[in-house]
Formats: sequence, C-alpha cells, structure tokens
Amino acid sequence: MVKRNLHKIYMGLIFVFLYAPILVLVTYSFNDSTSRGNWGGFTLKWYIDLFNDRDIKTALYYTVIVAVLAATIATFIGTISAIGLYNFNKTPKSIMVNINYLPVVNPDIVTGLSLMILYLSTNMRLGFLSMLLSHITFDIPFVILAVMPKLKSLNKHLTEAALDLGATPLYALRKVVIPEIMPGIITGFLIAFTLSIDDFVISFFTTGSGVTNLSIVIYSMARRGVKPTINALSTLMLTAVLILLFIINKRSALVDGQKNNGGNY
Amino acid sequence: MGNKIIELKNISKDYDVRVLNKINLYVNENEFLTLLGPSGCGKTTTLRILGGFEFPTEGDLFFEGKNINNVPPHKRQINTVFQKYALFPHLNIYENIAFGLRIKKTSDAIIKEEVKKMLKLVNLEGFESRNIDSLSGGQQQRIAIARALINKPKVLLLDEPLGALDLKLRKEMQLELKHMQREVGITFVYVTHDQEEALTMSDTVVVMNHGEIQQIGTPVDIYNEPENAFVADFIGESNIIDGVMNEDYLVTFLGRTFKCVDYGFNKNESIHVVLRPEDIVMVPEKEGYLKGTVTSTIFKGVHYEMIVNVGALDILVQSTYQSPVGDRVGLKFTPEDIHIMSKEA
Repeated sequence: MVKRNLHKIYMGLIFVFLYAPILVLVTYSFNDSTSRGNWGGFTLKWYIDLFNDRDIKTALYYTVIVAVLAATIATFIGTISAIGLYNFNKTPKSIMVNINYLPVVNPDIVTGLSLMILYLSTNMRLGFLSMLLSHITFDIPFVILAVMPKLKSLNKHLTEAALDLGATPLYALRKVVIPEIMPGIITGFLIAFTLSIDDFVISFFTTGSGVTNLSIVIYSMARRGVKPTINALSTLMLTAVLILLFIINKRSALVDGQKNNGGNY
Repeated sequence: MGNKIIELKNISKDYDVRVLNKINLYVNENEFLTLLGPSGCGKTTTLRILGGFEFPTEGDLFFEGKNINNVPPHKRQINTVFQKYALFPHLNIYENIAFGLRIKKTSDAIIKEEVKKMLKLVNLEGFESRNIDSLSGGQQQRIAIARALINKPKVLLLDEPLGALDLKLRKEMQLELKHMQREVGITFVYVTHDQEEALTMSDTVVVMNHGEIQQIGTPVDIYNEPENAFVADFIGESNIIDGVMNEDYLVTFLGRTFKCVDYGFNKNESIHVVLRPEDIVMVPEKEGYLKGTVTSTIFKGVHYEMIVNVGALDILVQSTYQSPVGDRVGLKFTPEDIHIMSKEA
C-alpha cells in the first residue's frame, strides 16, 4: 500500500517537473499584469496585442509558408527515396539507411552552421529560399523513417500482382504501393510540418534579413526582456504543436486498430 | 489440345547457386499442367520465369512461338494467382476484380457486367462491395482467381493456391478449379508440393527435384511407371528394392526370381524394383512369395498401414484387414504390380 503511494508520488513529481514550466508560461499569458510576480486577473489582451504586431504577423506568415512548402516537398522527395531505398540490395540498403539516420541525430547547431557555410560558400543570399531549403533538408530523413516501416510490412507480391494484371510499373506505384503506404506518408508529412513549425536553431543560421519565423521572433523579443506577449505567442505555438502531435498519435492508433480488426476469419 | 502455347528451352537460373538446370518443357493449349516437387526444387522459380518476375540466366522462353525472354510481366498474356493471393487491401472486391480492366480503360458498363460474370464463375455473387478483410481464405482465393481470369489470359499460373486452406476445403477447391479450367478453356500451369493434388487435377504432371525435371507424364504414367527412385518415392508411398534384370520379363530380387512385364534392359542389369503398398496382398505365410513378421500397424482411416520385415528389409503394405504386430505373414503380388526402374546414373 505504502509502496503504491510512493509510486504515485514519484510519478506526480516527474509530471510536475516536466509540465510546471509550461503551465506557468500558459498561466502568465492570461495574466493582466506586466510584472511576473503577481496575478492581476484574467485577460486576453496579450493575444490581441499579438495580432496587432506586424513583425509577429509576418513571422507567422513565413512560419506557415515554410512549414507547408517544406513538409510537402520533403514528403514527396522522402517518399520516393524510401521506395527507392526499399528496392536496394541488402548491403547498400543498410548503408543508405544509416546515412539517413545521421542528420536525425546530428546536433541542430551543426546542421544549421554547415548549411549556412554551404550557402555562403556558393554565394547564395540568405533569406526565404535558403531557409526553405534547410527545412526541406532536415525534414526528408524523418519522412523516410516514417514511410520505410510501411513499405516493409507491404506484401511483396502486391506490386507483382499489379504488373501481372497489366499495370506499368508507374501505374502499380500510383494505384497500389502509394495507397498502401499512405498512412506512413501522412504521418511523415505531419512530423515534418511539426518539426518545421518549431525549428529555431537551423532557421536562425540560414535565414537572412527581413525573413524570420516565430521561433526567431520569440528569441529576439526575449533578449529585450520577457514581455507577456511572448508568453501568449509561445502558448499558441505550443497549442499548435500539441494538436499536431495529437493528430499523429490518433492516426497511428487508428491505423493499427484497423490492422488488428481486419483479417479475422 | 496439341498446340504448344509455352515452350522452355534449356532454361537455367542462377542466384548464388544454380536453382534451375536446363529445363526443357512445353505446355499445350488448354492443358492443365502441374509442376510437382518438394520445396526448393525450382518449381516456383519456373513459374515466376513464366510470369516474367524472374528472368532466366540461360535458355529461351517461347510464347506462341515468339521468344519472350525480355518481355516484362505487364506485357504478357499470362496471369498469376499468387500463393498468398496478394489481393489489394485498399480496394473492395469489385475494384480488385476490375483492376485489370481499368488499366485497359474498359467502359464502366462492361466492367460491371464482367465483374458480375466472374463473381458468378467463382460462386461469390453479390460480394461486390465487401472488403477483402471480411473474406475467408477460400473466398479470397476465389477472388484472386476471378481477378486473374477477367483479363482473359491465355495462360493462368497458380502458385500453390490451395496451400493455406484446410483439407476439406482444399478437396472442394481442387474439383472446382478443374471445373473452372474446363469452363473457361484456358491453359493452367499449377505449382504444388502435394502429390495427390497433382494427380487429381492435372492432364500432365512434371516432377521436379534439385532444379531438374525428373519425369513428365500423365498422372497415371507418373504413378504407375515412375522413371526413377525419387519419383517413385515422391508420388505416393513405395517400396523400392534393389534387383537384377535377368532378361526381358524376368527379374530377381530378395533372393527370388519373378515374372514381370518390363523389358528392354541389359542382361543382368542391376535395377530398382518398385512395389506399391496397395498392390501387395497379405496371405497366410505358406502362400506368400515373401515371408515376414509384422512389426508395426497403423490405422489410416480407409486402410491399415503395416510394416512387414522380410529379413533383409521392411516392406510397407496397405490393407483393409489388419494383421496384429508379431504375426508371421506371406506377401503376394502379380507380375503387373512389379515396376522396374533403371538406377540413376
């Protein structure tokens, strides 16, 4: 009995440590007082301020545009790469898959810095395009990682069956393989989109004058002192990412559920 | 029948090792041909070469007289029923069957009619909008056949299509497949490791082992006149006994000389004698050509299977009467029951 209570207390402590800072942040975003020490009553004025701030609105625009474009392009390239990789022979396949892991574990700051050096050395102007290219670059491995398992669980004979019935390889890809791995593709897209929305380090290194995303705006605002609008903005970003994560989890649960329900005979 | 629709000439296939070695074979139009052999004998590889999923390392493959070595699967008038059906899970039954016609841009009205016809052929009328997950193994099998047949292929390849079904369903489907083949009048090339299945359905059986063809013949030929010990052993149970062919129609084995119906061997050639267990009759000890002791007896349903030790070796005998273990019995057979095979080189 005592032991079980200890378990609960321990769990509770972990959650407090994990979520207390976020809770504080969310709470203060509704605080009608500029000082952090006291509670001045509930207000939405920081949120309203937010939407009147031109810098933040442009940053929001760039964040969304970059996330949508980067996730879309990365999903396209990543899916095709995964299909190609899947059809490699064993040894080259495992080499390529491991190379693909590298950017995933590589520290963001190294990725950001090396991309910046690359752009500068090729005399590319830092700005929207360089930031978009960077986002596509770090999104692709995650899409490949999301799509590969779906390909592995695909019945190998499905493509052959399509070819056998007269489909060209491209038609078989479009009508059989892609629909079969669609759950993985969508998951890959959502992960890429989420990563792109909340990226700070790589964007910071690879963007140029006039083009900023929300993370960079928050960072530069915070350097000038924490204003409650930052809390509001952070809360909004947190909510957006949480919703996306929720969708990703719900989707994978749904897909797995379908798989378990099917095939009873 | 009579027209060769498919011909394999000296087909070999190497992966790391040679899996097919100089296969020579032809398939006649409207024939039901079965490739029979244990797993790893090359029968599935042969089928995949016919379907275009593998390409031969050596040799030539002809379809209606034309070399199709390098023709990809989607350009062959051959369709396949895969071992695990390979139905498209994201499509319903109607769309699964319609798949081939959709590629050919057939009009919706014709597709509807054809799908209906196919479902009727495989006895699954009214299943159009069902999901494939909701079907039993046997039903999925029928859909796979319907999906292949709707393209009106000249040849249908079937890769152990009944392997996943239970015994009773398998027997039913064997008859049904044979019936369908007659009804649609197309050539079937069937792969199985089940010798009974091969004998029941086929016009021609090709027995394979270690990537080579062991024997080609009608089921009756293969069963009654196996060409070597492998075929005799693989097709049903056999007693294979060393012997010597004294002269035409006279053979010596187990210390006795018997009349037989085989001829054309060298004088005193050493040969294999095949005695089918069901051809041997158990008689009182005195009347038997061979005498021995029953060492085991197993009830098999239709008959008893007994092992009789005749000194030098054990002989398998099937009979509807049971002799208890330990009994002394005699074994009798007629000259027609003795099959002679030359020894493998």
